[in-house]
Amino acid sequence: MIAEIGRYLIALGLAFSLLQIAAGWHAASAKSQMAANLAARSAYTALAGVVVAFALLIVLFLQSDFSVAYVANHSHVDKPLFYKVAATWGGHEGSMLLWCALLVGVGAALARFALKQDEQLRNRAVSIQGLLQVLFLGFLAFASNPFDRLLDIPIQGAGLNPILQDPALAIHPPTLYIGYVGLSAAFSLAAAGLIEGRGGRAIATALRPWALIAWTALTAGIALGAWWAYYELGWGGWWFWDPVENASFMPWLIAAALIHSSIATEKSGNFAGWTAFLAIMAFSMSTMGAFLVRSGVLTSVHAFALDPERGLWILAIMTILAGGGLTLFALRSGRLGAGDGFALTSREAFIGVNNLLLAAVAGTVLFGTLYPLIMTAFGVTGISVGAAYFNATATPFLAALLVLLPLAPFLPWKKDGFNRRLAMRAAVWILPGVLSGLWAFMLGASPVAIASAALAGWTIAGVFADVWQHRVLQELGARFSLAGRILAHAGVVAIALGAVADSTGAPETVRALAEGEQIEIPNYTLTLDGVRRADGPNYLADEARIVVDNGRLSELLPQRRFYSAADTTTREVAINSGFGGDLYVSLGEPRARENGDIAYEVRVSFNPMVWLLGLGALLIVLGGLMASLGRALSVKRLEAG
Amino acid sequence: MRARSQRLIMVSVAAVVLVAAIGLALFALRDAIVLFYSPSEVAAAHPGYGERIRIGGLVEDGSVERPADGGANFVVTDGAATIRVIYAGSLPDLFREGQGVVVEGAFLHSGEFEASSVLAKHDETYMPPEVAEALRESGVWQGGGEEE
Repeated sequence: MIAEIGRYLIALGLAFSLLQIAAGWHAASAKSQMAANLAARSAYTALAGVVVAFALLIVLFLQSDFSVAYVANHSHVDKPLFYKVAATWGGHEGSMLLWCALLVGVGAALARFALKQDEQLRNRAVSIQGLLQVLFLGFLAFASNPFDRLLDIPIQGAGLNPILQDPALAIHPPTLYIGYVGLSAAFSLAAAGLIEGRGGRAIATALRPWALIAWTALTAGIALGAWWAYYELGWGGWWFWDPVENASFMPWLIAAALIHSSIATEKSGNFAGWTAFLAIMAFSMSTMGAFLVRSGVLTSVHAFALDPERGLWILAIMTILAGGGLTLFALRSGRLGAGDGFALTSREAFIGVNNLLLAAVAGTVLFGTLYPLIMTAFGVTGISVGAAYFNATATPFLAALLVLLPLAPFLPWKKDGFNRRLAMRAAVWILPGVLSGLWAFMLGASPVAIASAALAGWTIAGVFADVWQHRVLQELGARFSLAGRILAHAGVVAIALGAVADSTGAPETVRALAEGEQIEIPNYTLTLDGVRRADGPNYLADEARIVVDNGRLSELLPQRRFYSAADTTTREVAINSGFGGDLYVSLGEPRARENGDIAYEVRVSFNPMVWLLGLGALLIVLGGLMASLGRALSVKRLEAG
Repeated sequence: MRARSQRLIMVSVAAVVLVAAIGLALFALRDAIVLFYSPSEVAAAHPGYGERIRIGGLVEDGSVERPADGGANFVVTDGAATIRVIYAGSLPDLFREGQGVVVEGAFLHSGEFEASSVLAKHDETYMPPEVAEALRESGVWQGGGEEE
């Protein structure tokens, strides 16, 4: 019964989204207040329907109702309660329902909060958002319905993949989806602005807060996924340039470009067309990400329910979105108006270059990700593009971004800003750059590491100078957006440093050890002290006690678990985190020696300064939140007086 | 005039970035492309020693050896041909005899394949599309599943 109600509610959401399109469109064209109210109420009703449908799906998971195919495939009677709930969005159908709920949520939020002063633009945007809702709800209802019943009801359920039972992975998809779907608001507002013939400035002002929040959530979601891969998959890495990872990185890059270009457009009307173009591309890229992840056209280390037919649906939706959006852009971008113009060393110019570089990275990542597909079209199958390609193409552009990053905040809008004072400042920042480069050289580092160290000195000095310039420590409370900028920039620097430090790490060491045997890596000696059984509630486990000696003794307890219900083996990595880096140990399979000893495979790596990556992600998310908060406050202040 | 020369500079900067991106992408692509072979295709195509390739197929039942000091050796088959694989790393947790696997690495002069990475998916119902395709061609795989 619950499943039937859920199915009905999805249809209800679809119907009210259709009404939302029509009423919103009419409200904008005929300036009808009644139609505007109808559009808003349609959006609220659709939201209520889809949210209750989602809640009902959670109830089905809690009841372990295996007559519903999706529940049977993704849950299990033995699953812990929290993961029964998290399994709701753990598979394709449920995650599409979450996607739709968020999409309708954005529609309702646009109707409720967006553009109090420009109702026409708001109503048009609500109407377009309704169209997005209809496309995705249609896909959900007709090709991915999570409430489909099974004729043959299983007793236990098949979904007990223990690797997926992890707190980071449970909140990773919702966070990521807020980011992906949040970008739909920027899409709808840009499309509405183009239809209404609004100027670039008005469009940029309207879409910027939505893009900022979406980008912040996207950052948090990607970071959670990387963190999960690092400590749960036991591969010792956090980023593999896998198609699924690239699928989230491309909208992130485009959204990062968008939040920068929209500042310039808002301030001086420059880059108006480019901003509208990025807003259309950002959500199109999100949809393409969904397509790549679910269609199975590319071989990925990440698994998802793969189905070519569903892939075609998403491809069709993506074609409508990107095709429609870009056609609209081509027809109407002439009306966006010219900007005030700007000098060569103004902040606008630097933002322009920032956008070019971000777009270049997004373009090369896109090309490398799709290259196997392109070649398939020419009859060449089975090609894959290695991580070497992405490292070689992305790194130079990202390095160039870091060179420019500290300078831009010191430049004025529109006017030339590269005067003697800034030159003096920059000369001061070069000093720490040269010093840290020298330091790396004395340590015998590689040329790449020396250049990175020098770059790090330069950017860190620049970010601190930005703090100093604005005496942010005193004004923090008052100037959230400024603090947001500085935090986010510092986070980008920290992530870049972390990535560089990570690339200097030595490769992993794998060796089978009997009791008392050792592995030596630089600065560390690891001795296998013994292996004992450490069974848990629904798994059998071997736990190794490994004594670590780096002048000081400590112990690590990696586990190898076998979940009999799922017939799956997993590893629980043991990590000894420190300032210098993580000692990362996992336990592999046992093997018998000829003399009767049992040797356990131990995998060891030292990953330098991984904490920088976590810190960087945290700083970016904090910065994004602060900038959003600052904006909300200043809007409040404007409205108040 | 000023506005025009400024536009010219903007366009040239954009052109430089564009050319750099395309040049870099094509240059990096040459070394980073990894071709996929099934065991039978390897026998026909003879990829060179040291050339980085991927091979996909099933792990032959009973072929997995675990040397006393670590690593693993096994045989990848598509029913028609077999390849002996040497791997010094730690096998992924989902690696199973009789199931699909993709190995990346290069051939040694001994004729064995030295893998630098072994991919088994973290979803046990999944078969990499290339592997399914290779197995279907050699007639081992009759299953449908998501590959229709």
